[in-house]
Amino acid sequence: MSDAVLQVEGLHKAFGGVQAVADVSFAITAGEMLALIGPNGAGKSTCFNMLNGQLVPDAGVVRLAGRDIVGLRPRAVWRLGVGRTFQITATFVSLSVRENVQMALYSHAGRLRSLLRRFGAAFRPEADALLAQVGMLDQAERPCGVLAYGDLKRVELAMALANAPRLLLMDEPTAGMAPKERVALMELTAGLARARNIAVLFTEHDMDVVFSQADRIIVLNRGQLIAGGTPAEVRANANVRAVYLGGTH
Amino acid sequence: MSLASIIIQLLNGLAAASSLFLVSAGLSLIFGVTRIVNFAHGSLYMLGLYGAYSLIEALGRTPIGFWSAVILAALAVGLVGVVIEVLVLRRIYRAPELFQLLATFAVVLVIKDAALFTWGAEDLVGPRAPGLSMAVEILGKRIPAYDLLLIVIGPVVLAAIWLLLTRTRWGALVRAATQDREMVGALGVDQAKLFTSVFFVGSVLAGLGGALQIPREPANLDLDLAVIADAFVITVVGGLGSIGGAFLAAVIIGVAKAFCIGIGTVTWFGFEVSFSKLTLVVEFLIMAVVLVARPYGLLGKPQAVQRLAADPAPPLTAPTWKVALVWLVLMLAVPQFADRYITIMLTDIVCFALFAVSLHFIMGPAGMVSFGHAAYFGLGAYAGGLLFKRAGLPMEAALLLAPLCAGAFAVVYGWFCVRLSGVYLAMLTLAFAQISWSIVFQWDSFTGGSNGVFGIWPSAWLAGKTTYYYLALACCGSGIALLWRVLFSPFGAALRAGRDSPLRAEAIGIDLRGFQWAAFVLVGTLAGLAGSVYAFSKGSISPSTISISQSTDGLIMVLLGGVETLTGPVVGAAVYTWVRDAVARHTEFWRAVMGGIILLIVLLFPQGLVGGLKALFFRWREQRA
Repeated sequence: MSDAVLQVEGLHKAFGGVQAVADVSFAITAGEMLALIGPNGAGKSTCFNMLNGQLVPDAGVVRLAGRDIVGLRPRAVWRLGVGRTFQITATFVSLSVRENVQMALYSHAGRLRSLLRRFGAAFRPEADALLAQVGMLDQAERPCGVLAYGDLKRVELAMALANAPRLLLMDEPTAGMAPKERVALMELTAGLARARNIAVLFTEHDMDVVFSQADRIIVLNRGQLIAGGTPAEVRANANVRAVYLGGTH
Repeated sequence: MSLASIIIQLLNGLAAASSLFLVSAGLSLIFGVTRIVNFAHGSLYMLGLYGAYSLIEALGRTPIGFWSAVILAALAVGLVGVVIEVLVLRRIYRAPELFQLLATFAVVLVIKDAALFTWGAEDLVGPRAPGLSMAVEILGKRIPAYDLLLIVIGPVVLAAIWLLLTRTRWGALVRAATQDREMVGALGVDQAKLFTSVFFVGSVLAGLGGALQIPREPANLDLDLAVIADAFVITVVGGLGSIGGAFLAAVIIGVAKAFCIGIGTVTWFGFEVSFSKLTLVVEFLIMAVVLVARPYGLLGKPQAVQRLAADPAPPLTAPTWKVALVWLVLMLAVPQFADRYITIMLTDIVCFALFAVSLHFIMGPAGMVSFGHAAYFGLGAYAGGLLFKRAGLPMEAALLLAPLCAGAFAVVYGWFCVRLSGVYLAMLTLAFAQISWSIVFQWDSFTGGSNGVFGIWPSAWLAGKTTYYYLALACCGSGIALLWRVLFSPFGAALRAGRDSPLRAEAIGIDLRGFQWAAFVLVGTLAGLAGSVYAFSKGSISPSTISISQSTDGLIMVLLGGVETLTGPVVGAAVYTWVRDAVARHTEFWRAVMGGIILLIVLLFPQGLVGGLKALFFRWREQRA
């Protein structure tokens, strides 16, 4: 697959004697929404953290647009065009919503090292445009520390988009949100991803969200990929039914 | 060294380790459960020594008198700990951690003066232990029998604590609270009782550590901060909250110190290396190495979860140009009306204001609490003095080059410090300050040792007190303005962002460590400027400019004014310097008065003076609206 944004081959990670991820391979193309699902402890977060530079895999290759990124630090991975959102939101609580997005824009432009200029003067229109896209422009002046959880998720999304990423990694993007908000956030994400031709890899526990928003789904169980395909294919897959429903149906 | 002398040094080290272990174990227990960095723990040790001295005098120098005195002194110190917990700390468990720290500083001041009042300023030399005053011959060398007993006491107490922690319900609660304090509270355990009892046990250990030292070490008023530095080092090297780690670290450090004394001066490749001069530094060197290799200490674990994270820091607001201008005009005008005395005091205040603002920059917005900020102030002062006296530079050049020297030290120290966070970071900064202090203190031929450097006066055109005040105002005022400006720059915003969420900062490509390192160097340089201006205003410098009490003075100024506002540290510096001076002119016991004032403020204004006044103002405005 030459048009793959992200290509993962033979990823392995063990913690002590526990094989957390074993021989995982998949690829994702531009504009595609790929959901990584699996029961608790299946290895989803481990898998994710090997893609974003938080963990170094024991074996395997992670190629971003053809370039091997194994061993790079998270910030280097980000510089190559990978945006992230976290399972538990991580924003700069003492800065305003706009400043949060501006921080990502300044960093992208390599302009954070200035000591005397005033922060916030540059990239205002760009930040506001991103905030408008996620529907947070009306709260741009508020400190992130006082926002509702669902709104924080939107701010994170805007920050993740600030470096014009080719890949978005979203770890449990809707955890902790009300069901209605969840679908809304992922619809928003899917719309932006398609419009900007961004590949999105997300993990998710809410199956309504997964089956309504993902173009493709891969299923992880005990560290191994057991199925992959369109939502309809995965729904019909006997292995998946066994893992989620128990027994051997 | 012969085998015999190696064994003797080993025994010496183990004997010294026992008391260190007792104090550190208490500190570690208290920190583990309450999350309070108890600066007053060294004061409790000091009280143990004094208490044992007096009780032995009262009960007689017999074996029974001696040992009852030691035990009674330890228990009495335990009760003092309970009083501190109930009267002060219990009221502020929900206050920000730094404020609890400020309260323990105040307790240090109060206890020091209480000891001065009760026992006087003279060192008190205690008796040898009755029945154990002889020496035992080992491998042809004589070693005091009492030291051998101390070697046994350490492991015995370790075993006793271990039994207490693993075999009793109380111990189970302590271990549970060390891991997850909120959960223990949620399970219906009476936290107040638990905390008080932990404070009692921890204080008894500190008191016992002190009391057992009475035959080996005279009781004196400087022990409090000296011992707290040792205890910090040991708990951090061993791993916070780990009793076994504290024992291991105490043994390593006790033995290392003993060997430094034993080796003495050695000539290597024609260079004379004095190991005995290393004794003051060696523990801090060990600590720096351990922390860089194992950031959580030898046997420690990453810091326990804390769900009730502190409230997010409020957004910063810069003083407006108008307000700043009014202040500047006022500051310029004062010497025209005020007398010489006030002008000199204002010069001090201006220096300390820059010192406090630079400390605030690093501990507030940059989120790296420093217990050793005096390092840069003092090194700046010394660099200024030495460039002037020894290098023979003109005063103006020395004054301006000195901050760069302080900055150069910050480059080295900061490189290590930014690898850590939280309490471990704070302790490492303290370690570096102590290393600097020890070097300055011991390098007689270059730094003048304990006497310091004299005769560093400004050039003739700057010598007038008013002129020098204007120079200080210009230097320190620009320093403060620069730091405030930087806080609102992209660089400063990135530091604040990194404090809020290191994870997110890294995820948007910010090299947080690099930024924090640069911040360290910036504040080190400016604290150095404050020190250099201060040195030339006094005409002399002494090692006390690098001492722990100088560092804690800075912390008190910042916390007193309020860490959440920009102007807080300036107000704190002014109020603290002025009140200290005013009180010291009226009473010998100015520390107790200062401590009392600080405690009052801590209990009344948990957000600091400026924060508290702001809150009052907003409440008043709301009531009017």
